[in-house]
Amino acid sequence: MKRTLVNILIVAATVAIVFGLDKVVSRLQNDPSLHAGYPVRILMLALIAVIAAVSLNLVNGFTGQFSMGHAAFYGIGAYTGAALTVFAQKQLFGHILAIGEETGWWLSSGVLLLAMLVGGLAAALTGFVVGLPSLKLRGDYLAIMTVGFNMIVVVIANNLKEMGGAAGFNGVYVGDTLIGIPPLTTFFWVALVAIAVVVLSINLRRSVHGLAFESIREDEIAAEAMGIPTTRYKVTAFVLAAFIAGAAGALYVHFDLRVSPADIDFIVSINFVVMVVLGGLGSVSGAVIGAILLTVLPEALRMNGSYRLVIYSIMLIVLMLVRPQGIFGRDEIGRAWMLKQVQGTKTLPARISGWTASLFDRFAHRRLSS
Amino acid sequence: MQHPFEHFLQQIVFGLQAGSTYALIALGYTMVYGVLRLINFAHGDVYMVGMYITVLSVRAIYLHHWISPSWEMLCIVLLLSMIGCGLLGVIIERLAYRPLRKAPRLAALITAIGVSLLLENTGNLDSVFGSSPLTCKDVLPGGHTDFNIGGVLIERNYLVIFVATIVLLAILWFVVSKTRLGRAMRAVSQDVDAASLMGVNTNKVISFTFFVGSALAGAAGCLFASMTPNSINPYIGILPGVKAFVAAVLGGIGNIPGAAVGGFLMGLAESLVVAYGPLIHLGNGYNDAAAFAILILILLFRPTGLFGRGITEKV
Repeated sequence: MKRTLVNILIVAATVAIVFGLDKVVSRLQNDPSLHAGYPVRILMLALIAVIAAVSLNLVNGFTGQFSMGHAAFYGIGAYTGAALTVFAQKQLFGHILAIGEETGWWLSSGVLLLAMLVGGLAAALTGFVVGLPSLKLRGDYLAIMTVGFNMIVVVIANNLKEMGGAAGFNGVYVGDTLIGIPPLTTFFWVALVAIAVVVLSINLRRSVHGLAFESIREDEIAAEAMGIPTTRYKVTAFVLAAFIAGAAGALYVHFDLRVSPADIDFIVSINFVVMVVLGGLGSVSGAVIGAILLTVLPEALRMNGSYRLVIYSIMLIVLMLVRPQGIFGRDEIGRAWMLKQVQGTKTLPARISGWTASLFDRFAHRRLSS
Repeated sequence: MQHPFEHFLQQIVFGLQAGSTYALIALGYTMVYGVLRLINFAHGDVYMVGMYITVLSVRAIYLHHWISPSWEMLCIVLLLSMIGCGLLGVIIERLAYRPLRKAPRLAALITAIGVSLLLENTGNLDSVFGSSPLTCKDVLPGGHTDFNIGGVLIERNYLVIFVATIVLLAILWFVVSKTRLGRAMRAVSQDVDAASLMGVNTNKVISFTFFVGSALAGAAGCLFASMTPNSINPYIGILPGVKAFVAAVLGGIGNIPGAAVGGFLMGLAESLVVAYGPLIHLGNGYNDAAAFAILILILLFRPTGLFGRGITEKV
């Protein structure tokens, strides 16, 4: 009883804080003299990436399956969500609504949530159909299967004439007027969904079901022997991740107001995988940090012109070489993690010098031994 | 208008031509996977570098009038890009994969992706290859003449690609099955630790594997760039790379003959979908999907590929 009350208070406080931040962000966005449009855009994209990366971590991190087609689910969510808000408005409301700034907060939020739900369900359904047979496969075969699935989704999107084909979709023309994808996504919803997904993941990790996921990662045969229905858990993780990714896609498309096959390509899936592995496979905090890092880093390097992507790829390689287990390993940021950092002399500067020392040793040693 | 059966044979010819490239690239994937259990994502980009080596060296040859288009010229650029790509492969393995040999497998996969991005983005710099598409000047005189064999048209250049592929496959087969180094390679792919206990220098063998695999990708790049009219750009290696990997999986990854067969099957499937897809209302661009759809079907019914052996998991 007391716990429920505390939880309700925490949720209410979070919603209130996010709502307050939303006011700040929209103020920043709408005042051109502050030049904050670009940073706010990066912030939104980073939060959407967080949602997608944390969901992928459920499959690749917790359950130890290797999906490389997550952008397909993201894309299915984006395309379905956009189709709903553009094509179905007329059917649902009798006339074409100019959903956006003019309509009320409740209506546009409601439509956004509906789009997320439908996009997520479409992705989850596809995830179920794809996952049920393919999760019998192990390791690299599953990986390549999901790559193949992603490629097929991209080809279908390329040939979807009703939604722009290869050029991408930003709305339909009725006469000369463009019925665009309505700008429904606000900081409030993106942040709230991101927080919800993170909390859900961390709680899941501690729950019985989360332990079942992790036991499959550690040893599938042993898990099976302990009576864990492995196929059911694998499909559950896959479908749940697909649902969240689909919802993230719907959020994305109502923020960017366009989606094209390039946005859901296999390269984007690879990017999600890199976020999760870089942060630390199986760590929710890692997925969050990885997603933020990989969204912000390419933008932060922008002043280097065409060298930006070269520097980015070198940083990626070096990071993996010095820290193969990812930034966080499997740890979560929390009390235990903090204590571990403080113990001994492992402060951040000490760690950095330690890494450089070990890298140096590695090269020096090789030279000596050869 | 061709007779329907001639039309079909024509598609088979096209498929074998496209399949040659896939087979050569797929071999590199499968060999590296065999010894390291690593999906070498940078392999498609090594193929791209092979194309650039060819195009740029052909340009240099034309500029200085060293030799005119001839078989010698083809041999020279082929050797150049094979050696160049082979060395590139060895360097990549040394710097990016070897330090992670004992690390979790996914870490090496991420560095492979990093190397792939590095090659693409470095190639895209104006000071390296530049982002504007390039085409290759003629390497063989009159290569675009067609042979007409019973109503089926075969361009001479494409015949060169096909024959060169078969020759390279034969050489590879000889190296892998008849030489000491080849035997060492097979030993390492069966069990790295046991091979090393038997006195095999595993590092040397792995370097050699990367050299051979990348040299084959270089050969594929050279043949594709110099024999077909396609223009090249630094990102051209991605899609053929992924498809060749699929071809390797199709044949059973780690299995060398399987990769070659998988490559040819992939090419055939694509050309048949291009030719007959419109009959069942599949638009342009579905040839990419067809390859993957076939892959998914095969994996569902034969999860270890066509020629892969099932691995029984020990508890």
